[in-house]
Amino acid sequence: MMSMPRCLRICGGNDSLRGTDAMPATTMIDAIRDALDVALTDDPTVTVFGQDVGYFGGVFRCTAGLQKKHGIDRCFDTPISELGIVGVAIGMAAYGRKPVVEIQFADYMYPAYDQIVSEAARLRYRTAGEFTCPIVIRMPTGGGIFGAQTHSQSPEALFTHVTGLKVVMPSNPIDAKGLLLSAIDDPDPVIFLEPKRLYNGPFDGHHDRPVSPWRTHPMGEAPLGRYLVPLGQAAIRRKGAALTVLAYGTMVHVALAAVEETAIDAEVIDLRTLLPLDLETIVASVRKTGRCVVVHEATLTSGFGAELAALVQAECFWHLHAPVERVAGWDTPYPHTNEWDYFPGPARVAAACRRVLEVQ
Amino acid sequence: MAARKVPDLPNVSKDDLLKYYREMLLIRRFEEKAGQLYGMGLIGGFCHLYIGQEAVVVGLEAAAEEGDKRITSYRDHGHMLACGMDPKGVMAELTGREGGYSRGKGGSMHMFSKEKHFYGGHGIVGAQVPLGAGLAFSDKYKGNDRVTFTYFGDGAANQGQVYETYNMAELWDLPVIFVIENNQYAMGTSVKRSTKSPTLWQRGAAYGIEGEAVDGMDVLAVKEAGQRAVAHCRAGKGPYILEVMTYRYRGHSMSDPAKYRSREEVQKMREERDAIEHVRDLLMQGGHATDEDLKAIDKEIKAIVNEAAEFAKDSPEPDPAELWTDIYAKVAPQTA
Ligand SMILES: Cc1ncc(C[n+]2csc(CCOP(=O)(O)OP(=O)(O)O)c2C)c(N)n1
Ligand SMILES: [Mg+2]
Repeated sequence: MMSMPRCLRICGGNDSLRGTDAMPATTMIDAIRDALDVALTDDPTVTVFGQDVGYFGGVFRCTAGLQKKHGIDRCFDTPISELGIVGVAIGMAAYGRKPVVEIQFADYMYPAYDQIVSEAARLRYRTAGEFTCPIVIRMPTGGGIFGAQTHSQSPEALFTHVTGLKVVMPSNPIDAKGLLLSAIDDPDPVIFLEPKRLYNGPFDGHHDRPVSPWRTHPMGEAPLGRYLVPLGQAAIRRKGAALTVLAYGTMVHVALAAVEETAIDAEVIDLRTLLPLDLETIVASVRKTGRCVVVHEATLTSGFGAELAALVQAECFWHLHAPVERVAGWDTPYPHTNEWDYFPGPARVAAACRRVLEVQ
Repeated sequence: MAARKVPDLPNVSKDDLLKYYREMLLIRRFEEKAGQLYGMGLIGGFCHLYIGQEAVVVGLEAAAEEGDKRITSYRDHGHMLACGMDPKGVMAELTGREGGYSRGKGGSMHMFSKEKHFYGGHGIVGAQVPLGAGLAFSDKYKGNDRVTFTYFGDGAANQGQVYETYNMAELWDLPVIFVIENNQYAMGTSVKRSTKSPTLWQRGAAYGIEGEAVDGMDVLAVKEAGQRAVAHCRAGKGPYILEVMTYRYRGHSMSDPAKYRSREEVQKMREERDAIEHVRDLLMQGGHATDEDLKAIDKEIKAIVNEAAEFAKDSPEPDPAELWTDIYAKVAPQTA
């Protein structure tokens, strides 16, 4: 274990600037930067800001080069003031601009939560549609970097619980770019969660093995120019007949690894967008397979998996051969040393699949 | 080597100078070792080194007395060593082992010691500031004259909760010293790119809080300012702000491309303003110590640090059952 790199490079990394102009993006970081570049180029109202985002180019380098190319008025640094960042973005959005802001880690969004819930999510309703809030809030999310309790969280359920928000979590570079461009075009506030373990490769939960580069993955190379992946459309990553696995973000790759390694003929669905949810694709699959496992990295209790399980039983009750199982992070803070005991890796996903298949 | 200014010989005892020298050197060597262990993959995740800023905590601890409290951010190793926590326990938390102060639950950013009145170790920028006021409030209830050193960075000084805390601390006359460690950068963003009111201690005036700026590369100046702040608080006059001007030599955390400042800038600080070299000069020029004496101290410190590193390597990883401890008073493990 000790010989493996124990974290990804934060506050560092490559500055190849792939994705901007010349070559197609071949990491999730490049794909996100490319989407921002396209948006800044196409729409003069788009404004990108956040901590270390401008001059420095972002701690994960997602905005590297953008200030230089688009100017300091379009891409700039903020003080360490999450509440202020989001609040100011909401004001801008209500009056004609399209802010795309970065919260450096999802774990830092709590000071901004009041603004997100009380203002961003409610502005359209409160003003009877007179004012709207077309903002995107990008946040690196998830663990697996020994970041412990303050740098590893997956807070998606804190957003899906809030009516008025949309919530997106891509699992690969092609989707990341297309979804981000859709999010920026969207007339409502979008929380855009970026699984940081996927920035540099399709991490599948096997933390004791090197991660293959995105370059070698079919979804790894984001084409140049503008294209959209619509919000509210799931993708079937693996066709199968025996059971349906619902996953998003990093867990898509974990689920794929789990079923490949155990030769379970599962259908693996990548939700891509949690709100709005592509219930149609989910229901069609579960009605076909009759079995369902829901996977996420966030803690179990009141996680988004609870919502998925409830919807599946309501929509597919007479087709189910087994209770829906959830595989999730344990109900603990994200541990430091013991993080792989917390992380719902391929072994736990495979075990759940087997249990669900055993029910006659 | 560029010339450091030859310091005037201040009115300070040999013993005190040697003590500061030792304490600062311990922090520096400890941090260098931590950097090495990180490079070897023995420390994972985040690790914010304190190298360059040693005089801040050593000077302020020299102004503190038993029972005074301290609370800080994630850049916390120096604070822990300066308040007397065991280097072995600190290093073992860095390596995430059972023998660490948080038994491997916290890592570099999250450590605590009731015995030494060290209240952490906080990973969220600014979050410790209101907590510091709360600690001070408890002392006020107790009716003693203890004070709380509440440390935060120049970047943290832009968080809203700092100003909510200022207002309350002054309103309730809390014995809290707000120590702004101004090392001129918040990660990759310099002070001038994050505020137009760069004299951070003066922001307290809006709330009626007194304060001052102090040269954080001069341990004696820090100690004196600390004594003024402590006297203010112990006299029941409410909070005080110290903006300590310092500099971090290393990257923000462990992988920092350092594109936001020049190599020359760092080099200049090291050569002209280094706090440890400053005390070394005072010791030598005052005739308090010879090269040999200082080499002996260096050796002593190296032994302490090596012992800490060995302990941190040998201490076992926490048992997986630790996943289920300290979440609530009582908790049953989940399965499946
Ligand atoms: C609420 C919050 N926002 C952002 C971060 C990320 N972050 C960690 S340290 C840091 C810079 C803080 O700078 P400063 O307060 O000057 O302290 P220094 O690191 O210089 O000691 C940032 C932005 C965080 N940990 N918490
Ligand atoms: Mg700083």
